[in-house]
Amino acid sequence: MNDSGAESMHLPREGEQGEGHLLEVTNLKVRYGGITAVKDISFSVAAGEMVCLIGANGAGKTSTLKALARMIPADGDIHYAGRRINGFPAHTLISQGLALVPEGRGVFARLTVAENLAMGAYHRHRPDERAAVQEDAARMYTLFPRLAERRRQLAGTLSGGEQQMLAIGRALMGKPQLLLLDEPSMGLAPLMVQTVFDAIRSVAQSGVTILLVEQNARLALTVCNRGYVLENGVITLSDSAANLLADPRVRAAYLGE
Amino acid sequence: MNAGMFLTHMPRKVQLALAVVALAGLPFMVSAGLGNTWLRVLDFALLYVMLALGLNIVVGFAGLLDLGYIAFYAVGAYVYALLASPQFGLHWPVWAILPVGALAACGFGVVLGAPTLRLRGDYLAIVTLGFGEIVRIFMNNLNAPVNITNGPKGIASIDPIQIGGHVLSQPLEIFGVTVPALVLTYYFFLALALLVMLAGLRLQDSRIGRAWAAIREDEMAAKACGINTRNVKLLAFAMGASFGGLAGGLFASFQEFVSPESFSLMESIMVLCMVVLGGMGHIPGVILGALVLTVLPEAFRHGAGPVQQAVFGQVLVDPENLRMLLFGIALVAVMLYRPSGLWPDPRHRQEFNAR
Repeated sequence: MNDSGAESMHLPREGEQGEGHLLEVTNLKVRYGGITAVKDISFSVAAGEMVCLIGANGAGKTSTLKALARMIPADGDIHYAGRRINGFPAHTLISQGLALVPEGRGVFARLTVAENLAMGAYHRHRPDERAAVQEDAARMYTLFPRLAERRRQLAGTLSGGEQQMLAIGRALMGKPQLLLLDEPSMGLAPLMVQTVFDAIRSVAQSGVTILLVEQNARLALTVCNRGYVLENGVITLSDSAANLLADPRVRAAYLGE
Repeated sequence: MNAGMFLTHMPRKVQLALAVVALAGLPFMVSAGLGNTWLRVLDFALLYVMLALGLNIVVGFAGLLDLGYIAFYAVGAYVYALLASPQFGLHWPVWAILPVGALAACGFGVVLGAPTLRLRGDYLAIVTLGFGEIVRIFMNNLNAPVNITNGPKGIASIDPIQIGGHVLSQPLEIFGVTVPALVLTYYFFLALALLVMLAGLRLQDSRIGRAWAAIREDEMAAKACGINTRNVKLLAFAMGASFGGLAGGLFASFQEFVSPESFSLMESIMVLCMVVLGGMGHIPGVILGALVLTVLPEAFRHGAGPVQQAVFGQVLVDPENLRMLLFGIALVAVMLYRPSGLWPDPRHRQEFNAR
């Protein structure tokens, strides 16, 4: 139970974390009308890992992530924490520990930074959870001091990098086990990219499993343990990040060498 | 210290007491100074406040553009008309009908909401516009083969509201003071408008209100935060529609007559204008928008003739035509110079005063 591929049977409902994969995707297909954006891909992410999905524009990266978060319909099997989540509505995933940071950040522009963070903990609304939510918000302000300075500011007035921090912070407020990150470097200044990725690395170190989708292949491969290369909706390469960085095909196609 | 500062620095209880006195005295001042026509306008303004507050839930809070909102007003009005008129010989008490009307409108809200869940912006606007027209056309044609709505002729002789044995369309003697019928109606409408306002304020501040705001800002991110966007959007339609239905019932009882032509697209657009012009999502702004847009057209209607008479010695342009022109110019001017409304949410101006 430690390799992808042998995943045709139903997993037992629980007791799989730790030894098996946290996320196990088998024969995933995403179609938009007549166009197939993702063609039968299979991959997996083990608990505690940081895995990236790299590829060019239009390779199907975002479609894959959206399918995993159940935002768009898809064929194939998605097993998360030992359960097949294909039939689960998108909004139920966060309470099971699966969080998405959408492409383009998707912060709530006319809500304040503090309100955005509070929305991330929307499902943790029992009175006895209030203290824990407050603590988590404080933790986010330590992780992203820029957000602490701007907590009463409307999210729409933040810079792109700050919005990305806010989007990640908001997702973390849901206490995820698996964080799906869609192009966190998109449209950010190089210095800001560094700050955001430092934060992502420390999130990973705190024990959150991360699946990262990136166009910036070099950056993604330097922070991740493993990577998959997606081309025209098909996974063409899969290896450790170090090996992919050294692979001549990757170097030629994605690292501009 | 000027008057405004003086008012804002008073203790809360004093402010509240002053507001109560002002709101209670307003109809007497209007009736004494401007006459009963204007008292009627004031009563109507309160109905529009309720309508605008209801639409504000859909448009302002949840960000769903609804161009057929008046349909819910129509449903409420017709429920009242059918249950308290000679049409079917039913004469239910007002306390029974208003909730039924609100509930019926709420049902229609869900009926409209369910198929439009995936739509946003212009597409949603088109479907809701169609819905509003469908309801109106139904009211117009449900007189055959079985006569339900009496068709274009409408339903007349609707029972006026009766509270505690007193009919609201009759003046009431209290301690030797005669309170005119229109003032009684004003108090009743005011009480309900305040109730709707309080409900709106509470909703905005609730978990549901925050979910609406999240959906308005970014639906996918809202879903990722664990918000059941389908249910929460349906709830917005249902709540907004209920308030519309309530206002509709009051309208029917106040007019004692309903007909389909009261529920045209123009009415939907007027209510939407009140919300947008006042300040979308900001309850005080929406109330202001409703008051301004009810009073201004009436002022134009009554003022345009005499003013022309005085300036030119004759009436050059029919006041009725001029009314829409001036109204249109006023709308354009407000949108040019105050694009976020007459009284927008102060937070939108505070965005740079972060602590």
